[in-house]
Parts: sequence; structure tokens; C-alpha cells
Amino acid sequence: MDDDVDVLVIGSGAAGMAAAITAAELGLRAIVVDEQSAPGGQIYRGITTVAASMAARLGPDYAHGRALADALAAARVVVESDTTVWDVDADLNVATLREGVARQVRARHLVVATGALERAVPVPGWTLPGVMFAGATQLMLKTASSVPSGRVVLAGNGPLLLLVANQLLEAGANVVALAETTGFRQVLAGAPHLPRALGAAAYLAKGMAMTRGLRRSGVKWIRGVTALSVLGGERAEALEVASGRGVERIDADLVLLHVGVIPNTQLTRLMRLDHGWDDMQQSWRPRVDRWGRSSNARVSIAGDGAGIGGARVAEASGRIAALDAAFALGKLEEGERDRRAAAAHAEVRQHLRIRPMLDAMYRPPAWITCPPDETIVCRCEEVTAGEVRRMTKLGCLGPNQTKAFSRCGMGPCQGRMCGPTVAAILAAENGLDPEEVGQYRIRPPLKPVPIGAIAALATTTRTHEPSETT
Amino acid sequence: MFKRLATTEGRSVDIEVDGRSVRAQEGESVAAALLVAGCVPLRHTPLSGAPRAPVCMMGVCFECLVEIDDQSNVQACMVPVRDGMRVRTQHAARKAGA
Repeated sequence: MDDDVDVLVIGSGAAGMAAAITAAELGLRAIVVDEQSAPGGQIYRGITTVAASMAARLGPDYAHGRALADALAAARVVVESDTTVWDVDADLNVATLREGVARQVRARHLVVATGALERAVPVPGWTLPGVMFAGATQLMLKTASSVPSGRVVLAGNGPLLLLVANQLLEAGANVVALAETTGFRQVLAGAPHLPRALGAAAYLAKGMAMTRGLRRSGVKWIRGVTALSVLGGERAEALEVASGRGVERIDADLVLLHVGVIPNTQLTRLMRLDHGWDDMQQSWRPRVDRWGRSSNARVSIAGDGAGIGGARVAEASGRIAALDAAFALGKLEEGERDRRAAAAHAEVRQHLRIRPMLDAMYRPPAWITCPPDETIVCRCEEVTAGEVRRMTKLGCLGPNQTKAFSRCGMGPCQGRMCGPTVAAILAAENGLDPEEVGQYRIRPPLKPVPIGAIAALATTTRTHEPSETT
Repeated sequence: MFKRLATTEGRSVDIEVDGRSVRAQEGESVAAALLVAGCVPLRHTPLSGAPRAPVCMMGVCFECLVEIDDQSNVQACMVPVRDGMRVRTQHAARKAGA
């Protein structure tokens, strides 16, 4: 074991950077670790290295991350990039891997800021090369100053889909169509939440600007899509789109799919923290109080990893979690914590006003969360939705059973891609609630670790619970 | 599958992909460099031999697994390019002893 730290922050996106900066300001000994080679997370990915012209292209919301990254660089905090967390035990010994070397650091308090990931979009043909997530293409802009070279079709829903469509058009990419699952009915579902959303008018203005941009571009825009299917042999050649207008074939070289983002709960599930199903966001999230404190009082969760709120909520919640960690460690009186956190709490409330409308308008359609039989759900082990459905006929009730029967979820991605889909199919087939179905049981290592690195790690006490079989 | 915008300002680095030289840009991941170089499909699955390419570019999907400097099954999207790096793409299951 290496030395102890007061606060270890996992993830250096908006939440993690804010938490680390605040922890350092409070005089706590803090370390922030991140898998990426520089701070920024996904929303501010490449913020310290991006070309000025590209930063300008990505706009002020992206540029906002620069101030955070600069403050982090100036703060008295150890920033360990290129560092993968692969295990955390009950005593908060955090096992990391950096350049092939495993280490353990014990934290007195942990701030988990592992962010979000794009929700899987399992439609027939989605495993073909030439199909990517829309957010992934934005990462190509941020980190490689690159845009798709051929014809692009975007499909799905959500603010990020519209943003990426706009950014690609402005960057001169050949966007041939946008196929949105959101139609009149979904917009109507969002309408009751409009009064609350008016309190966060800046988001509404951005949404309208994005819509205007798309209209102005004259790009083909299909709404109320009811089925998607990617066609092709060795790679994607076209997207088949069903809607009220009938079935259309859109020839394209790159199909970009997106139906929102969900909390990345791989680590919090490994730690056996309490999680609950969020019906509005159609995803699992760890149970936390208003300070981000989880079912383990020594573990706080900040940012999208605790439920999707966006970058500004993440940043404020990072500050809140750090103030609360200082309180938990006896470095800050309760009243002082409350006083200093008041502005951040108000910021969270303000920015969350837009969420219910977005969640209602951009709920993932059931034909994506529970795809047709021929669709591959587990990309690693190549298991189809139909095979998962057949296993329910054999009596499988939970994803850990179908995993044991078929290896579904047992491949390299460890269920990150298929977990929510398998659980949704099981819930639908067996008439169960998502919470009754449960999720994959996550075990260490969270990411592949060379056996030599583990062997070289001088371990002390290991207190993991014994493995269970289902 | 991707092209660089004229606004690129990064320093160039050269990596070797399956024996051929590929010009990449400092700061980008191996997966990004491979997408710009048009290495699609990037791999074929060990199970059925199906063609695949990167999907998420952020360490989630594991579709960009390659061999980097003799270490196999590395997530190409999580490793920044380095001058002289040797990348080998992975196609179908490896044969024992190969």
C-alpha cells in the first residue's frame, strides 16, 4: 500500500476537476486520477490541447472547461492522468494501473466522478463498421480535428444528437439526413414540463438555435421515426428509416446513432453501493443524498455518474461533494459547509430545471431499449435479443443468469454495452420491474490488467466479499 | 472514414500500422489515427470473424482492440499516438502458437 490521501477523486471531467480544486482550496490532501491523458472528461475532452480554431468552432460551452482545467493545474492537487482504476475495496484501497504499473492508494474519502456514457442503440446492423455513436464523432473533432469524410446520416434523439448534427454541418461534413425518433407525441410529453424549463431559458434558446441551424441547412429531417436498420455487408452502406412517411433508404458511409447518455455506474456497482432505477431517465443511478453521499458514508458521487444533469450541474456537484468531504473529515464545520455550498446548490437546482422536459421528450423508444430478435445486443459475445428472449423461456430471470447460460455480457466490455438492453428485455419478457431484474454483478478488475502488474503489486489486506454465483 | 480539417495545428508523428507508415497527430488516440487513415474494418471478431470498427471512442465499447508494441487487446481509443509506435490490427481468433 502506498500512502493515504484525504480525498481521492476518480475522474477529471467537470465534476472531478471541480471537486479536486475545491478539496485543495480547503487544505485537503487530494489526488485526482483519470484514464485519459489529460483532464477534461468527455465534455471538455482535449480542452488543454485543442487547436484554438477548433475550440472556437466548438463554442463557449466547450471553452468553459478551459477555466476549470487551468484552475486544476494551478491547484495544490496531484493530477494523475493515464491512470486506470481497476478495483476499490471496502476500506477504500484504490487499485490503479499507470503505464503498466499497478499501485494502491488508500483514501479517507472517495469522490467518484466517472461521468456518463452514451446509451447503446441496438438496432439491426449496428455492429457494422461505419456505425458510431454521435458523441464519438464529436470526440474526433475535439481530439483529432477531424470530421467524417463521406456521407453522414444521424439517427436517434437528444440534445447531443442535434448539437453534433449542427457541428458537423458547420465543419463542412456531408450530412445527408437526420432521423429523429422524437415526433409530435414526444414533444407533447415534454410540454407539461415547459413552465419549469422556462426557468432555465438559456437551454431552451440553445435548443431553438440548433433547430434553426438544421432548418437553415436544408438537411433532410425525418421526425417520429419508428424503426431503424443499418444495411451493409463488410460495412454500413445505408440506413433504413421507418416513419409516418413510410420506409426510406438513406445511403450513407457513416451512420451516427445516439439516444442520450446514462450514468457510468461500473465502479459504483463494483463497490456494491445502493442503486435505484430512474424511470424518467430510463437508467440506473446510485442512490445519493443532496451532498452526493452514497450508501457508503465515505463515498460521494458527483456529476453525471449520479444521474444525468449535464456539465454545469456536474461542476457544481463536484464543489458540493468536496465541501461535504471536508465536513466528513472534520476539516469544516457543518454550518460552514452549508454556507459555502449554498451557491452551488442553487446552481444545481437552476440547471436541473430543464431536465424533466428533456427526459420526457427524449425518452429512448421501446423498440431501441428492447430491440427486435435479430439484433445483436452483446457485441462482444455476439448474442442476439432473440437468444436472450429464448433464455427467459428456460426460466432466466436476471442478467447474471443469461450471462452464465450464453456468455452474454462476459466479453471484453464486461457488459457496459449490453447490460441495460439485456435487463430491459428480461423485464419485458418476464413482466418484472427493472429493480426486480437487477443488473450485471461487476467484479474486479474493471478494466483488463496484465497479470504481471497484479503480481508485482505488494498487497496487504484484501477485504472483498466472496464471489456469488448468480 | 474521417478527414482532417485544414485548421489542424498539432505536431505530426509517425506510427507503423501493420507494417505501413501512418501519419498521425500528436495528442490524438491510436483509434482516431486509424479512423483518419481509413483502417476500417479495424478488426474481425474472434467468435464469428465479423468486421468491426470503433464505436464510442471513450473506452466503453472495446471495439477498437489492437496490438500495440507487442501487447495485444489494447483499447486503441485510450492510448495516445507516439512516434515509432507499432500497431497491429487483430483479425479473428488467434491460432495457438501463432
